[in-house]
Formats: sequence, structure tokens, C-alpha cells
Amino acid sequence: MRRIQVLVCSGTACQSSGSERVKRALLEATAAHDLLPEVQFVETGCMGPCELGPVLLVYPEGTFYVRVRPEDAPEIVEEHFLKGRPVKRLLWAGAAPKPQEIPFFARQKKVVLANCGVIDPERIEEYIALGGYEALGRALTGMRPEDVIEAVKRSGLRGRGGAGFPTGKKWELVRAGGPPPRYVVCNADEGDPGAFMDRAVLEGDPHAVLEGMAIAAYAVGAGQGFVYVRAEYPLAIRRLEVALAQARKLGVLGPGIFDTDFSFDVQIRIGAGAFVCGEETALIASIEGRRGEPRPRPPYPATSGLWGRPTLINNVETFANVRHILLGGPEAFASVGTEKSKGTKVFALAGNVRNTGLVEVPMGITLRELVFEIGGGVPEGREFKAVQIGGPSGGCLPASLLDVPVDYDSLTQHGAIMGSGGLIVLDSSTCMVNMARFFLEFTADESCGKCVPCRVGTQMMLGILDRIVKGEGTPEDLPRLEEIGAAMKATALCGLGQTAPNPVLSTLRYFRDEYEAHIARRSCPAGVCPNLVRYVVEPELCRSCDACRRACPTGAAQGAPRQGPYRIVDELCIRCGACFDACPFGAVRKLPREEAR
Amino acid sequence: MTKEAVLARYPPAPEALLALLHDLQGTNPGQYLLPEDLELAARHVGLPLSRVRDAVTFYSMFSLRPRGRHIVRLCVSPHCHVAGAWSALDELRRALGVDVGETTPDGLFTLEFTSCLGACGVAPAMMVDDEVVGNLTPEKVRAAIARYREGR
Repeated sequence: MRRIQVLVCSGTACQSSGSERVKRALLEATAAHDLLPEVQFVETGCMGPCELGPVLLVYPEGTFYVRVRPEDAPEIVEEHFLKGRPVKRLLWAGAAPKPQEIPFFARQKKVVLANCGVIDPERIEEYIALGGYEALGRALTGMRPEDVIEAVKRSGLRGRGGAGFPTGKKWELVRAGGPPPRYVVCNADEGDPGAFMDRAVLEGDPHAVLEGMAIAAYAVGAGQGFVYVRAEYPLAIRRLEVALAQARKLGVLGPGIFDTDFSFDVQIRIGAGAFVCGEETALIASIEGRRGEPRPRPPYPATSGLWGRPTLINNVETFANVRHILLGGPEAFASVGTEKSKGTKVFALAGNVRNTGLVEVPMGITLRELVFEIGGGVPEGREFKAVQIGGPSGGCLPASLLDVPVDYDSLTQHGAIMGSGGLIVLDSSTCMVNMARFFLEFTADESCGKCVPCRVGTQMMLGILDRIVKGEGTPEDLPRLEEIGAAMKATALCGLGQTAPNPVLSTLRYFRDEYEAHIARRSCPAGVCPNLVRYVVEPELCRSCDACRRACPTGAAQGAPRQGPYRIVDELCIRCGACFDACPFGAVRKLPREEAR
Repeated sequence: MTKEAVLARYPPAPEALLALLHDLQGTNPGQYLLPEDLELAARHVGLPLSRVRDAVTFYSMFSLRPRGRHIVRLCVSPHCHVAGAWSALDELRRALGVDVGETTPDGLFTLEFTSCLGACGVAPAMMVDDEVVGNLTPEKVRAAIARYREGR
């Protein structure tokens, strides 16, 4: 063991911020001081606070450095590695050196992400050193398949892909779903905008997913597994390939695992850019090589899935939970969480919040704790407005619901869903109508077109919202939106279409006044919708430089150089925003337009 | 890799179709599928040509038109949208001189939109080929394009 271990986060986010270059610079500086024999560098998966990347963790002290640049390397080596003094200016908020002293980490409970950011995901030995494949060994050598299913049922684990179906129950249905061959499929087609927990798990701890799949395969009696992963995740695909090769080499995948007669292997299938393929029947069609369109259920994949055979489909995070149930026992697993939602959930925290990134929390934590204690609240000078939870299938919850516990049933009851775990914090600068329109545009674009309610319904709703944000809405539009939304919920073929109206319906429920302002007063209260704002010159900031007048195509921006503040004549303004973009002093402001109809 | 070598990697079964198409697309300099590629794939996996075309036109990552050597995919999902993907788009348009869906005259770049890259922690983000570039500012956009233009 070397004197110092440096864990360099090399998840996608930190890589994009330059973690590779930081590591190279650290290596060079370490070599320059002849410290290479004393310092070990480990490239790990995601550590969580993506926005502060590149991040690194230095042991034995456990010093957490953020926003490290290659130029910082000599100082880190000289001060810290050589003299043992942490470089203060690179610590989180310039103060707390250790992760456990930082609220972002202290409030989390890492189960699924326990290995992410700790081990080198490309070395199976590190996974095994932390108890990896022990759960599989226990299952194969000491439990009957029925015992495994019973343990998963008792743990209370529910599917982490969004719908929250009880996992043990699903396994039981597959086992009883018909004679072999049966299949196990890992849904890694993480398409929800704003969700990246599955990517982080695949990049940071791929063996946990493979082990979960192998345990599931033993339980349901399957010999072949597939991981269906998006082509947008090249790093995840590469790490998964490495993990598969290593697992086969050590014999934890393949024929006769642990000298038993159980054989199981996994193939990777890569998507080709279709959101709907995350829906399980569409995913099956895509693995079979067809266009990824859903089909009506029943029959469910548990009885008729891949090639018509019984097929178990769980998502990445669900599989990654499985080994912990067998290692710690189902009761220990169930001791975390609420009555009906057990264990932890990983969220991708983003939007107008101080700490963005990946967090894992016990089920039942309140939104307030998530957003304010872990997320650090909204940046200064802004006001919290809502959280969008569950992506394009989910909804927006307002400030008054901040104390709602985060579990499957409470969120559904309030019009959002757990979803895959995307959580966007919105502040006062967000227009809720525009936000809802944006999600609907996404689902309209991604609708596969097979069923009428989704194909036509999304277009109709989008058309109405388009008119509203342009200031051409009518009072009848709101009940019409609700009517179409209800029809889609009741009649669309798959989950994508059934949940597509949620962003609109939930904002209509909690932010109806904003819709009404757009319609009745042709005003966008957040000052976002281009047609529904007015441009105003802030007299104190205006230096009468003439830039706005020159940029304005209609002569609405008026004034003369060095003759005092300019002004914008609303009647002439076509709201193109040219003056706003042109002003070098930020003196042009966008305000909600006030106009009675 | 030659097309024959690609075909040899996959079993002659319908389930190999998507992976086969990905690889066939990669054999063409313009990262697109030629009519003969679809015929090759159809014969290899034993499907009618109509079924192959059906799949190709369904998935956004397959192209029937030639594209540039590098594909620039700007994420326009809500996080990136809120974080300012549109100013990154303006800068990309300026830097490349083309609009979304178009290829630069020198055949070097194609500009596309993509749905979420899962890089929301560093939004706004784009992907150039397999590399994610995050926290996009106009300067970062210009630097990334310049880097690929110079072949680094």
C-alpha cells in the first residue's frame, strides 16, 4: 500500500471538465518530486458534485478537492503530497476538507453508489475486494432460486425505472411465466432528460449491475442476459465491455459459475437514438432488431417477452440494489425508507440549485431536505419556485409541497412521479408554461406514432401551448388541455403516451395563474415568453451609447447619444430582443407585459 | 474495416440488425448508410429490404444522407435549455457556418441536436463524436471546434 492514494473522478462530467489533463499534470508533478513510488492514482466513477469538477479525493486523510485545474498540480504535490498541508483554496467552499463534513455528502446514504468514486471501475479486483460477487456466491451455493425471490420480496425493493413495480413479485412472475429459455434484460436506455444515475452506475460500478443480473437470472431460471444501453453513453458502453470480459475471465459469468451447474452470460445491445425504446415492449422490439415500437400489454414480458419467451426487465439501479439485499439481509434493506418505498433512491440534481450532481438519499426524505440541505438551495438573489421531478413523464411541485416525502406513492398522489430520478430545481426566472411546453415538445418529437392518442394528442396539446406562449390563447384552452390530457392518460398505448400530459397537467394544477396571465393579460410573469414581455431601459444603468437604437429594427428604441437615458416605445416594439442583446451595460430589462385584453 | 469484415462479425439473424447497421454506417466516410448497405444488411440477416429501411428511418442515429467526419451533437434537453444551450447553438452556427442538420462544405462537421446526454451536471453540453464537452461558453465552443478542425 502506498503512502498516498489519489482518486481522480473520471465520470463523463469530470472528463468533460478536463480530469484527464489534471491527472496527467499531477503525474508529471509527482514524478518531478520523485514521489511516484509513494503515490497511487486511481481513476474512479462519478463522485457526485458534477458541477465542481474535476474533483479528486486524496487519502489517507480524505481531502476533497474541487475545480482542480492542471496548473494546480505542482502546488498540490509540493504542499500536500510533500509537506502534508492541504491546498485550502481548492477545498469545497474553501473550507471543509473532508467529504463527511460537507452537507452535500453528509446527508446522503450511499448504497447503490457506495462503490462509485471509490473503486477503479475497470478493475474487477477492486470490486471483489469490497465484497463484489459475494452475494452471487451466496445465492448460488446456499440458496434455492425461490429463497432468492423471497428475500427480494421481503426487502420491499421496487423498480427504480419509474413505475415502481415490486421487484420480487416481478421475478416470481417471470419464473412462473412459462418453460425456459427465459431471459434477463437490463434496461440501460436512460432517456429521460435530466436523468443520469444509470449512466453513473454503469460508468462507476458496472460489476454491481452484472452481479445483480446474474442473481436475477439464477432466481428466474435464465441463461442469457442482455444490457440495452443508449449509444449516447460511449463511456458506459466501454466500461461495461471491460467488466464483461473480466467477469468472464474470472468465471463469475459464463458456464458453471462457482462450480455449480448454473450458467449465465450477458450481451450488450446498443440503442440508436429513440427515447421510446426505454419502454419495455419497445425495448424488446429493438433488441430483436426491429423498429422500437411498443405493443399492447398484456401479455406482459414476464410471460411473453424476447422472442415470445418469459423475460425479466429491470433497470440499472434496480439491479445494482440486489446484491445489498443478499449481503445485509432483506430486513436491513427494508429498515431504510418508508412503509411502501424501501431503500434509497439516486437522484440527478440539476437546474437552479447550488450543488448539482448525483445524490443518493433514503426514501422518504423531504423535497426540502433534498433541495436545500443537500442541494444548497437556489443561488443568491433568486427565489425557489418549483421542482420538476420525473422528467417528461413527471410533474412540477410548488414551494407549498416542499415537505412532501419523496416516495413512490406521495409523489404520484401530488401529480408528479418518482420516475427515473431526474430532479430539476426551478427558480423565479422560469416560466412554467414555457417549461411545460418544452417537455411536451420533447414527447411530441419522441412519440413513435403508433397509437393515435399519443401521436395526435401531443401535437394538439403542443399546438395549444404554442398559441398560449405567443399570447394568442383563449380561456377555453385550459379545460381543453385538461380534456386531451385525461384522454391520453386513459387511452395511450404505452407509458410514454400515458404520462406525456403530466408536465402540463401538474403545472395547470399548481401554476394555473401563470397560464391565465398568459391568456387574459398576454403577460408572462417570469418575463420569459418573447411575445409577452416588454423591454424597458433602466435609467441608472443607461450610458446613452446608442447601441440599442442602432440595433432596433423598428425605431422603438429612442434617444440620442449622451442626451440622457434612452427609452423603448412599447407600441413600436416587435419584441425581437435586439436591444437586449446589444446593450453592453445590461440596462435593457425584460419585464412581464401588462396589457388588458 | 471492410463491409465484408463487418458482416462476418454478426450472426445471420434479425436481432443483429441494429448493431450491424451501426458498424456499416461507420465504414462509410460520410457516416451514413448507402442503399447497397441496406441491401447487404437485409440479405445478411434474412429480412426483406422494407423491414431494414423501416428500422433505419425509425432511429435518429442512422442517416441516409452523407454527414461530416465529426458529428457535433448539441443537447437541447431541459437542463441544457435552461442553462443556455441556445447561446451555444448560436456560437456553433457561427463557428461552423451551417445550421442544424447541415454539413460544412469541407465535409468536416455535421451539426445535430441530441436528446439528453446525461451530462446535466455540466449543462449546457454537447458531444463531438464520442467526447462530451460540458459547461459550454462561446469560448469553449470555439475551442472545441478549433481542436477538431486541427485534427487533435
